Amino acid sequence: MIIKQISVFIENRPGTLAEVLGIFSAHGINIRALSVADTADFGILRLVVNEPDKVERILKDASLAVKTTPVLAMKISDQPGGLLKEVQKLTDAGINIEYVYAFAAAAADEARVVLKVDDLAKAEKVVNGEKVADGGEGPNFYW
Amino acid sequence: MYWNQPIETMNRTELTAVQTNRLRDTVERVYRQVPFYRSRMQAAGLLPEDVTSVEAIARLPFTTKQDMRDNYPYGLFAVPLAEIVRIHASSGTTGKPTVVGYTKRDLGIWAEVMARTLTAAGASRQSFIQVAYGYGLFTGGLGVHYGAELIGASVIPVSSGNTTRQIMLMKDFGTTLLACTPSYALYIAETLREMGIEPKDLALKAGVFGAEPWSERMRKEIEGRLSIKAIDIYGLSEIIGPGVASECECQDGLHINEDHFFPEIINPQTGETLPDGEKGELVLTTITKEGMPMIRYRTRDLTVLSRKQCACGRTLVRMGKVLGRSDDMLIIRGVNVFPSQVETVLLGLGETSPHYQLIVDREDNLDTLTVLVEVTEAMFSDEVRRLETLEHKIAATLNSVLGVSAKVRLVGPKSIERSEGKAKRVIDNRKL
Repeated sequence: MIIKQISVFIENRPGTLAEVLGIFSAHGINIRALSVADTADFGILRLVVNEPDKVERILKDASLAVKTTPVLAMKISDQPGGLLKEVQKLTDAGINIEYVYAFAAAAADEARVVLKVDDLAKAEKVVNGEKVADGGEGPNFYW
Repeated sequence: MYWNQPIETMNRTELTAVQTNRLRDTVERVYRQVPFYRSRMQAAGLLPEDVTSVEAIARLPFTTKQDMRDNYPYGLFAVPLAEIVRIHASSGTTGKPTVVGYTKRDLGIWAEVMARTLTAAGASRQSFIQVAYGYGLFTGGLGVHYGAELIGASVIPVSSGNTTRQIMLMKDFGTTLLACTPSYALYIAETLREMGIEPKDLALKAGVFGAEPWSERMRKEIEGRLSIKAIDIYGLSEIIGPGVASECECQDGLHINEDHFFPEIINPQTGETLPDGEKGELVLTTITKEGMPMIRYRTRDLTVLSRKQCACGRTLVRMGKVLGRSDDMLIIRGVNVFPSQVETVLLGLGETSPHYQLIVDREDNLDTLTVLVEVTEAMFSDEVRRLETLEHKIAATLNSVLGVSAKVRLVGPKSIERSEGKAKRVIDNRKL
């Protein structure tokens, strides 16, 4: 399923992550998945949340540099080789994975990951076995 | 020791007579040869014959760096281009440099004033002068070079950079006088210590340092660590390059070679002329130059003038150490940098320029420039690689436009302190 990921620019100095998280907490936003990419000077906080449009607005109002990016979210079985199985499909299809990270929580024997790929539409088809994704975007996916 | 005693110790009456004749000749020439000056004078209702005395110079309009840009490259030259034998340039604010041209006679004048400078610093035919100013379009290297040759000293034209080699040559060739920026002199001193070389292992006696502002404290440090006499020299390419003014052994103000460059101090806000002893902006008029005469050029350097007799015997007027600038120009490793140049580069990234701030520091005696750039939505990406590529691209463009390397750091939106809605453009942490 293709979902919206929110990226936030954070400077690499003490307290910046806390500032951003403070905004989330103040607005009652629950983070579903998160990763931080960092360099010596700055980091990029990547997030999946329930209402991305609303959250994007809130973050922009707080003067943060924000970008929404479509990414691929997929369920995998929570056992050794679970992620490899799906990644192998994408690799075989010649799709380049730019980054991947996991959801914060998932149902019992299931895991969920977020992937940024170069050919999103194709990746989605490959993962779903050429089927059209069911359900579409909605809060259900995120619990 | 003097290079040209009759001039350097001339009494005021005679000197004024020399200046008056030369000024009248210059004004006459630029009115005839340079359309820019002619139209400026006509707009002010002035004819060359209205400038009958050095006091009357105040009636002439000022010339600014912007005028040089507007007349890029050769618009202010006062001789046919065939007469120009040398062209120098300094970095410009919008990518275009400021261009200056010299005739053969101008180069002779330049060598003469630099010979005075080096002689005042103790140089003679016996000296070994190591020129560690950059050679090329920058006037520092070649300016010192020709003066040193005129004296008959042995010139070691190393140019800038490669400090360990500088030191090796200094030691092996028996350099007695070093010419470079004061911050580079300190850097050399630092490297000497790291290499375990004592000042007594060198023949170094003096140094002529300029092209950037420096303090008495810095002088003490250079003199102590290199065990030399550190002489402050002043100049700017628009006027001639180094050689406009220099200290003598008294180190109490810089004698202006006023038989070639006529100085005034003005109030930078009103433009009115200020008396000796009052701090203001230095304005210089070249009164002998042929290639590109400058009429009342606003240097933007703040200083004071003193006509009190100097203990060295020179009668030439002295200017104090430069106390600052009346504009926002920064001098970083001897290179002129305007914040607006950074703005121009950033504008190239998109439709609007992001907020930015220049942070200047001095680490290990070398100036460093860091440019903070606020990330805008248009620039931001979820990929680290793209942002890093952007940082490198900005740094590379800044490097080529400014002529000095800068580190670029992306910062969050609105993170640069604003005062009255405008970001503070420059933070200079250098302790001079």
